[in-house]
Amino acid sequence: MAERQIENYSINFGPQHPAAHGVLRLVLELDGEIVDRADPHIGLLHRGTEKLIEHKTYLQAVPYFDRLDYVAPMNQEHAFALAVEKLLGIEAPPRAQYIRVLYSEIGRILNHLLNISTYALDVGAMTPFLWLFEEREVLMEFYERVSGARMHAAYFRPGGVYRDMPAGLAEDILAFVERFPQMIDDTETLLTENRIFRQRTVDIGVITGEQALDLGFSGSCLRASGLPWDLRRSQPYDAYAEMDFDVPIGKNGDCFDRYLVRMEEMRQSLSIIRQALDGMPEGPVMVEDNKIAPPSRSEMKNSMESLIHHFKLFTEGYHVPPGETYTAVEAPKGEFGVYLVADGSNKPYRCKIRAPGFAFLQALDFMSRGHMLADVPAVIGSLDIVFGEIDR
Amino acid sequence: MMEQALQDFCDHVTAAMSDHVLSSREEKGELILTVNRDSIVRVLNFLRDDSGCRFKVLIDICGVDFPDRDPRFEVVYQLLSPTQNQRLMVKVNANADTPVPSATGIFSAAGWFEREVWDMFGISFSDHPDLRRILTDYGFEGHPLRKDFPLTGYVEVRYDDEQKRVVYEPVKLTQEFRSFDFLSPWEGVQELLPGDEKAENGEDAEAGES
Repeated sequence: MAERQIENYSINFGPQHPAAHGVLRLVLELDGEIVDRADPHIGLLHRGTEKLIEHKTYLQAVPYFDRLDYVAPMNQEHAFALAVEKLLGIEAPPRAQYIRVLYSEIGRILNHLLNISTYALDVGAMTPFLWLFEEREVLMEFYERVSGARMHAAYFRPGGVYRDMPAGLAEDILAFVERFPQMIDDTETLLTENRIFRQRTVDIGVITGEQALDLGFSGSCLRASGLPWDLRRSQPYDAYAEMDFDVPIGKNGDCFDRYLVRMEEMRQSLSIIRQALDGMPEGPVMVEDNKIAPPSRSEMKNSMESLIHHFKLFTEGYHVPPGETYTAVEAPKGEFGVYLVADGSNKPYRCKIRAPGFAFLQALDFMSRGHMLADVPAVIGSLDIVFGEIDR
Repeated sequence: MMEQALQDFCDHVTAAMSDHVLSSREEKGELILTVNRDSIVRVLNFLRDDSGCRFKVLIDICGVDFPDRDPRFEVVYQLLSPTQNQRLMVKVNANADTPVPSATGIFSAAGWFEREVWDMFGISFSDHPDLRRILTDYGFEGHPLRKDFPLTGYVEVRYDDEQKRVVYEPVKLTQEFRSFDFLSPWEGVQELLPGDEKAENGEDAEAGES
């Protein structure tokens, strides 16, 4: 009998694949159906955000952050706003801090809803997707009512938030907080004890705490590996120091634990939202320095000085004193950081965006090695990858 | 962290690594170390393993371009120590033709971060196992985050209906790229105009930049 040569087989997964969560091109080397090596090719959504920001004023840079992780836009703006505030040496007024916390948590739920539902879809459950996307729409309406846009909000700005919340919004959010736990419970009955879901996720893509740290993990993926690390808790920013919440952690660091951690985080987010609404102080939502924040519309109509301020702010912008900072927030996916170098002009000299998904995707090779081809979408789904922030 | 603790920590690191640390400073509660390019691996190794540091997570590596300086680039490592709840910035200076020792042997996360720095700035890393471009297109030329790289780039792509493929062409701008300096007429003029020295006081409060 002739000798048979058995060779590894390379396949091209994506960039147009529904389970690739965007434009991931994955070159997989397969030994039969076992993954030998996964080589993600990224950059298909590269828009040069960092280069563009270098050519924009600080205020004009804000909307670019919505377009990074477009699943939870305001959390990204938060990091940029905090970084600029740090360089300017200002702090947002208390009410603005509470609104930011409130909307960051809404963003977290938005993100986890998308992640869990599409993840379930990847491994074969369709109903959560249909249910949870309706809830996302409700949350996006909250975004719209406060900022005017469902997704690209440009709402958290250096110095505070753009506008105060309109009347009646707080009550509606509270009504959502009352109603939503039922939805989480319903989704859990569909997934947590579901035999197929468990077979697809338990013991898949296991990563230990040490390995996760080595690979630069953060956020819920790190917590699923058993490390209680949450920037909201350990390095609190804005009003998070006053919030009382638990940091859920997983035990095994597999795909199933990452799902469970996100489920629990949504419940904690609801509790933070309630606390933020209850404790929200009255007052301004933007610093009252007209060198940084625009004057009110009515003032502008009556005062020459305000008119000049307004004009200068929206043409030249404000100058940020020279300095550098790395400021990070706990975005829903993990640590989202902005390394900002200012040179004293009205534009950032360098703005490096640290996206959590970048590190996660890098680990895909490590995590999918030795798994079956069909497990790769499960791992990708559980890592919560969005290409807007990875490719920048 | 308290300022005193930050200072103590800074002393601890500079004492242990005195041969390698060029300078250290604290800015707005953030500690910034500048180290020798060739000893970056030793410093990172120390920072990761020393019991007083435990910087277990490499958060990010990024480049910054300063065309006027002599080692033109800065490579900035962001480190995080979860046990100490402390962040640290480590910087090295680099040129386009002098490679920086790769940190991949210490932190697995460094692989892609260094690829990105290579892609965006053209700073090479020695001993990197797989230093390919990462974010730009296949066959891309140049390093886009350098300050001398134009915002619009050099090539644009379009789908050619006759050749049935995507073709690359030099960028054609219908309107010239405009860059405003945004200096206000009050502040842009540095030297004193003749006669202005008479009106020194009183004007300053009025000549407002906003």
